[in-house]
Amino acid sequence: MKITVNDEAQEVSATTLAGLIDELGYAGARIATALDGHFVPKTERLQATLAAGARVEIVAPMQGG
Amino acid sequence: MAALFYGQELSSALMLGTAQYPSPEILRDAVLAAQPGVLTVSLRRESAGERAGQAFWSLVQELGVPVLPNTAGCHTVREAVTTAHMAREVFGTDWIKLEVIGELDTLQPDVFGLVEAARILTEEGFKVFPYTTEDLVVAERLLAAGCEVLMPWGAPIGSGKGLNNLFGLRAMRAHFPSVPLVVDAGIGVPSHAAQALELGYDAVLINTAVAKAGDPVAMARAFGLAVQAGTLARQADPMEARDMAAPSTPVAGKAFLDERITAKILSGCG
Repeated sequence: MKITVNDEAQEVSATTLAGLIDELGYAGARIATALDGHFVPKTERLQATLAAGARVEIVAPMQGG
Repeated sequence: MAALFYGQELSSALMLGTAQYPSPEILRDAVLAAQPGVLTVSLRRESAGERAGQAFWSLVQELGVPVLPNTAGCHTVREAVTTAHMAREVFGTDWIKLEVIGELDTLQPDVFGLVEAARILTEEGFKVFPYTTEDLVVAERLLAAGCEVLMPWGAPIGSGKGLNNLFGLRAMRAHFPSVPLVVDAGIGVPSHAAQALELGYDAVLINTAVAKAGDPVAMARAFGLAVQAGTLARQADPMEARDMAAPSTPVAGKAFLDERITAKILSGCG
């Protein structure tokens, strides 16, 4: 299935956000996720199903002012 | 008495940004030199390969300073609200420095979007630190939206121009005597920071002035000292400025060495 992750097109086999996090190697990392522009809390990633064309954002702590 | 930011007292009136330092080591040394009460942090897309965010998070945890995540770079209410939600989960705090940018040359806040986003986030339990202007009407709206802290700009972000509108900042302090106020943005040198605190501001937020100094660690220390000086000066109740001179050395008992001058002084028109 084709989706975009952080604006990059990706071919993935995961069908949920939780599965995607594992598949892309973010397991255990301190990250937050959004699906199609909406925040998805960690506790809801298992229920968040991915459709073709889904837009996923994965963010992490970064320097800021 | 030190201001409380949503019930929390800060160990220093210096809020320090973590961006733009030459290296993580210099950032760490700058934080140790400045001893800030808060570190501001942000969120960016993470690549699974690089894991830069994880290393940064370890450094922040090691420093042990409370963090204030921002919504820097957000231009719409929706973006800012979503970013705040993500920040709350990643950083484990309901504090959020709310930025909704309205204009690219000045990075001036979109105060209309800011008020709306502040209301939404407050209702969702966030403790909002809004990056705003010195406009009193906007400030009233932010307080009505639930903000308990206001962060007016000194000058545009990264400009280093200091306190651009002293009248406006003074008016804001006078108008909101009991609201914690922070000068955010535009501070270029330590004297600007001391000046803000002498005006009665409760804290200053600084990033570029330290990170982009030739020696960021030395500058961090200078800001730490300036903030201490400004805080102490405010507590010490500064004298009122006046237009005419007033001799600091007592005139009474001075030897009469030139009677023409003595006569003038004694008649009060010296």
